[in-house]
Amino acid sequence: MQWPPPWRRSPLVSATPPPGPTRGLLCPRRVSEAGDSSTEGARTGHRHYVTPAESAMEGRSQPLPSLRPASPTNAPAHGRGSDCTAKEPPLANVCRQNYGAAQDPVEPAGRRSASHVTGSSLGKAEVACGRRWRWAELLADTSWSPAGRATEMKVKMLSRNPDNYVRETKLDLQRVPRNYDPALHPFEVPREYIRALNATKLERVFAKPFLASLDGHRDGVNCLAKHPEKLATVLSGACDGEVRIWNLTQRNCIRTIQAHEGFVRGICTRFCGTSFFTVGDDKTVKQWKMDGPGYGDEEEPLHTILGKTVYTGIDHHWKEAVFATCGQQVDIWDEQRTNPICSMTWGFDSISSVKFNPIETFLLGSCASDRNIVLYDMRQATPLKKVILDMRTNTICWNPMEAFIFTAANEDYNLYTFDMRALDTPVMVHMDHVSAVLDVDYSPTGKEFVSASFDKSIRIFPVDKSRSREVYHTKRMQHVICVKWTSDSKYIMCGSDEMNIRLWKANASEKLGVLTSREKAAKDYNQKLKEKFQHYPHIKRIARHRHLPKSIYSQIQEQRIMKEARRRKEVNRIKHSKPGSVPLVSEKKKHVVAVVK
Amino acid sequence: METAPKPGKDVPPKKDKLQTKRKKPRRYWEEETVPTTAGASPGPPRNKKNRELRPQRPKNAYILKKSRISKKPQVPKKPREWKNPESQRGLSGAQDPFPGPAPVPVEVVQKFCRIDKSRKLPHSKAKTRSRLEVAEAEEEETSIKAARSELLLAEEPGFLEGEDGEDTAKICQADIVEAVDIASAAKHFDLNLRQFGPYRLNYSRTGRHLAFGGRRGHVAALDWVTKKLMCEINVMEAVRDIRFLHSEALLAVAQNRWLHIYDNQGIELHCIRRCDRVTRLEFLPFHFLLATASETGFLTYLDVSVGKIVAALNARAGRLDVMSQNPYNAVIHLGHSNGTASLWSPAMKEPLAKILCHRGGVRAVAVDSTGTYMATSGLDHQLKIFDLRGTYQPLSTRTLPHGAGHLAFSQRGLLVAGMGDVVNIWAGQGKASPPSLEQPYLTHRLSGPVHGLQFCPFEDVLGVGHTGGITSMLVPGAGEPNFDGLESNPYRSRKQRQEWEVKALLEKVPAELICLDPRALAEVDVISLEQGKKEQIERLGYDPQAKAPFQPKPKQKGRSSTASLVKRKRKVMDEEHRVNEHWHGPGLPQAAPSCLCLCPCQPATSHSVPVSSPSPVPRTRSGRAFSSSIIRRRRPSPRGPGHLPWTDLCAEPDSRVAWEQSLPKITCREMSVPWNKEVGAVWPLPQLGVDSCLLGWVGIKEESDFLDNVSGSSCGPVPLPLAKHEAILGSEGSVSCLYPHPIPCGCCGLSFAF
Repeated sequence: MQWPPPWRRSPLVSATPPPGPTRGLLCPRRVSEAGDSSTEGARTGHRHYVTPAESAMEGRSQPLPSLRPASPTNAPAHGRGSDCTAKEPPLANVCRQNYGAAQDPVEPAGRRSASHVTGSSLGKAEVACGRRWRWAELLADTSWSPAGRATEMKVKMLSRNPDNYVRETKLDLQRVPRNYDPALHPFEVPREYIRALNATKLERVFAKPFLASLDGHRDGVNCLAKHPEKLATVLSGACDGEVRIWNLTQRNCIRTIQAHEGFVRGICTRFCGTSFFTVGDDKTVKQWKMDGPGYGDEEEPLHTILGKTVYTGIDHHWKEAVFATCGQQVDIWDEQRTNPICSMTWGFDSISSVKFNPIETFLLGSCASDRNIVLYDMRQATPLKKVILDMRTNTICWNPMEAFIFTAANEDYNLYTFDMRALDTPVMVHMDHVSAVLDVDYSPTGKEFVSASFDKSIRIFPVDKSRSREVYHTKRMQHVICVKWTSDSKYIMCGSDEMNIRLWKANASEKLGVLTSREKAAKDYNQKLKEKFQHYPHIKRIARHRHLPKSIYSQIQEQRIMKEARRRKEVNRIKHSKPGSVPLVSEKKKHVVAVVK
Repeated sequence: METAPKPGKDVPPKKDKLQTKRKKPRRYWEEETVPTTAGASPGPPRNKKNRELRPQRPKNAYILKKSRISKKPQVPKKPREWKNPESQRGLSGAQDPFPGPAPVPVEVVQKFCRIDKSRKLPHSKAKTRSRLEVAEAEEEETSIKAARSELLLAEEPGFLEGEDGEDTAKICQADIVEAVDIASAAKHFDLNLRQFGPYRLNYSRTGRHLAFGGRRGHVAALDWVTKKLMCEINVMEAVRDIRFLHSEALLAVAQNRWLHIYDNQGIELHCIRRCDRVTRLEFLPFHFLLATASETGFLTYLDVSVGKIVAALNARAGRLDVMSQNPYNAVIHLGHSNGTASLWSPAMKEPLAKILCHRGGVRAVAVDSTGTYMATSGLDHQLKIFDLRGTYQPLSTRTLPHGAGHLAFSQRGLLVAGMGDVVNIWAGQGKASPPSLEQPYLTHRLSGPVHGLQFCPFEDVLGVGHTGGITSMLVPGAGEPNFDGLESNPYRSRKQRQEWEVKALLEKVPAELICLDPRALAEVDVISLEQGKKEQIERLGYDPQAKAPFQPKPKQKGRSSTASLVKRKRKVMDEEHRVNEHWHGPGLPQAAPSCLCLCPCQPATSHSVPVSSPSPVPRTRSGRAFSSSIIRRRRPSPRGPGHLPWTDLCAEPDSRVAWEQSLPKITCREMSVPWNKEVGAVWPLPQLGVDSCLLGWVGIKEESDFLDNVSGSSCGPVPLPLAKHEAILGSEGSVSCLYPHPIPCGCCGLSFAF
């Protein structure tokens, strides 16, 4: 017998059973103490009904033979009447170890049982406690000597002290001992799957992204700008030439400027946050102080530059006192001068937007209405290269973390993420919008971007996915013209045709405010679970489900049919042509017409 | 073994003192001089304190590290190797004598590891592959962390050990009760309830509560630790089985006609008439399913969280009264009167598996907590332990004098069998091994025939229900010592229980997910993946992921052109084919199936086949030397140079070695090989094949008059003068005869195909 294995044998709990009649050869069988309860009852003088379970329990009411090697035990109580009746009460220290046992071993049996008389009066029960039976006839290979064992054994039983597992006072936290043994946690995968399913469902339940709507503009919001230093400050320009500065925490307008005649075409803040620039339809570039004028002062721009043509966009350099405007050409301006230091053009069409690269700060990108995206280096007088797409690009946005990546919002309902080093194939084509994409802005993490579309919705795309992860829309939101992702990457603002600026959560089901550590842990755990099981069909279906307005929904269906038809036609052409004569053009390459250097 | 001097004591006194006088004391900012001899002091200590702080020399430290590993072979896991021990020397110059994180025992890490490292990663794209590798590394890190947390476990498992070599089965309950502390002794009790007939009993999942029901209608539930009675009723009807539902507040009782559910006050909550004449109950706690086996032959799953019957399966095997659940995968095991045990899941109308266990009917089935072993006992008085890991083969068998009517496994893998009024407990070597049926661990005789058995979870207690009532036995080493407070906590408060209940209900596993492998859900669904791919190709008209076939560039000059490379590779491939073909030696029957029968049933003393001097090397068609390795591989045997070591062939007497090879296209039907049970060496199969092939040749040469299609002359130039057929069979018992078809050996029915 190798049980327990040698390394598990601990000398700690080796009990030496007491010598004496227990071990003797003449150790007889213990007479059943069946009479105990009845005699006790007789002694108390009244007959009472004892339920079987109750009375059976009384077997324990006599003190047990305890682990005390030195003391002579009560074990000789078995015998042919020659029992020692003097039962020694257990020692105090032994009593303290009496975990979970009957608390009062000397309590008369009748008292307890009399208090509990149930309907099933089952008569008295026999109690046999610690009965010794010897049997040898069962197994041939264990032939025992009829004599009793005069040997020592080592025994250890599981005996837990409840004090280690139960809290001391009600003010304490409950104790939760952990054991991470996988055997104690069966069905790990199915349970995690169900947890992931629940987490996904809860995510959809709590997906309430809309936070606030900032109203005050009297015409459609045409452009938005973030404050570079204050998270709460946002600037917006409207189609009636009005510029407003908003406080997001109070959700109100803190300043209103009538900046231009006609549209405010572009707005950008200086990198230090002390002033901002606007361009408008009135062919002017104006620089404004971020702080309002003092009491009684006129609202006046710091500088005004009168240009020859209409400016359609403006962007400020991220580090130097230089800004760029676009219109007929891309102009690079020094803040101190009234003439551009450099004018660059490639082709003759109007340029709709210009953007500085936030990392390689001398790089610019612009998009023109002759369907091309042109890249410039501020340090040289000529543009770098351009890529011509199928349709016009409305805006581009540089990835704030990867210097060479930018995303273009195109009229053909798609967004294209380009690597500026290899413009012939976009890194990713992002398709989900059902109308022209008007604006795009990256999250400060560079992992995601948000796009605003003419289809009255905004969508959030992961950079490396072609499909959006989120779509936001409301009943009242019209064509979304501009969109910005706030610098803490938690919120999204969009300005739309119907004169409102809306504030959204970037993560629709995120809980705002301070989280406790347990909340945080639960959130992280759920996030990991969702990630782990995201490809399971049931979970994917729930996670992807979005309610869409009817216009978008029907548009999606319609475009799907159109796309299917186009694809079918292509497949048929390939099928019925000479193999290899009809080249297979991938979706990425389809939309790029040419790259010019 | 090298032992490194301990830090601080590594200063040999005399020699260094001489050096001390010569050298200036080294400051801590100074470079340490590299010592010349191991064990020498790094530098002269300034004072005693400094000496104690003296760091070990790098060389020594390295030896120390190595020796630590070699001393404890089970501790070689070093998650982070410190390449340069000097680099961690602190400002004081003291060095950590135990650099790096503490070592973790490998087997503990193995316990927590969920991935199979031996399996190769699938061939995939670089991105996926790197992600998989990262996931594997994370998994390993996690398992190491979990293994470290083992240190925090508070309790040790119990054990029982007789005095040197004494049989623990001789130790009776009274002895244990006397020896253990009073709290544990209180766990041994007898409820003498002779009036209401044989009892079934059930412990709640936390092990804190006990419910029992007597055949004559007595139902009671109590907190058996504090001995507080929760309820006691008489249902005035026969009680067949009783079972706690997910918590101790609900109780399912299989009564004579219907299934009833009571709460812990004894109030009847439900009477489920769709489950009638139920004989056995099992509760699947993670699925909230109550499985009932009925006299009508139906296995019914009742979802107790919503009260719906999930599945009612007709087992088509008559009355069902043997049932147990596999706690690992929630599969229900039913035992039938025809000797089979069937495995059921509610998702399938047919059994998942059927195992023929006994010649008579199956009387009891039990599955251990890891789902690895199934114990069955039948009317043929046999007790068998089956391996449930795919093979479903019996691991051990034992005939019992009366046969066991009830079986149960404990959390730590002890097996108990109730045989008449005797209870026998067997234990294995540790937790993961099957109980060895050689010797019982404990035995106990009760006052009546056993009717129900269950080990109490998280306690060293076995509850036995019998005709005389209930007996709670002490079985040291039965229960899991450390429970998980969030899973099942015996000490939980009411609030904790309520919270647990809500969480458990939230993560109720659907019944459809019950299958033989509970981790199957985490596997990649290859079938639907391929189906989807096929559909996509069909839809698109081409395979978007297809790689263009390799087009060698039309390079004109130079040896290293891709085309010539490909050509050369192809040549090499062809050569390999030729190498494989050379075993189709001249004159051997090409079409005959290859089978070489080794018969394990004739134990003989000889370990070798007499073979004379080494044969001339045969040559193959391709002109190569005919496996000169044969000659080389022949090893000297005790019988002299002419004996092939046949013992090597009989490596595993029990296992059936199937090895498909195209090499020897010859067939010898019956090759009686002496078996020696002591031989445990497993030989590489190729070698085995080579040797046997040679013998086969020999046989053909000798017996060529039997085989018309094999001409003796073309059999190969191996004129090994073997003795006659009979002679071999008789004396050496090695090669009996050769036939062109594989016929199983007549004496044992086993045919070993090589």
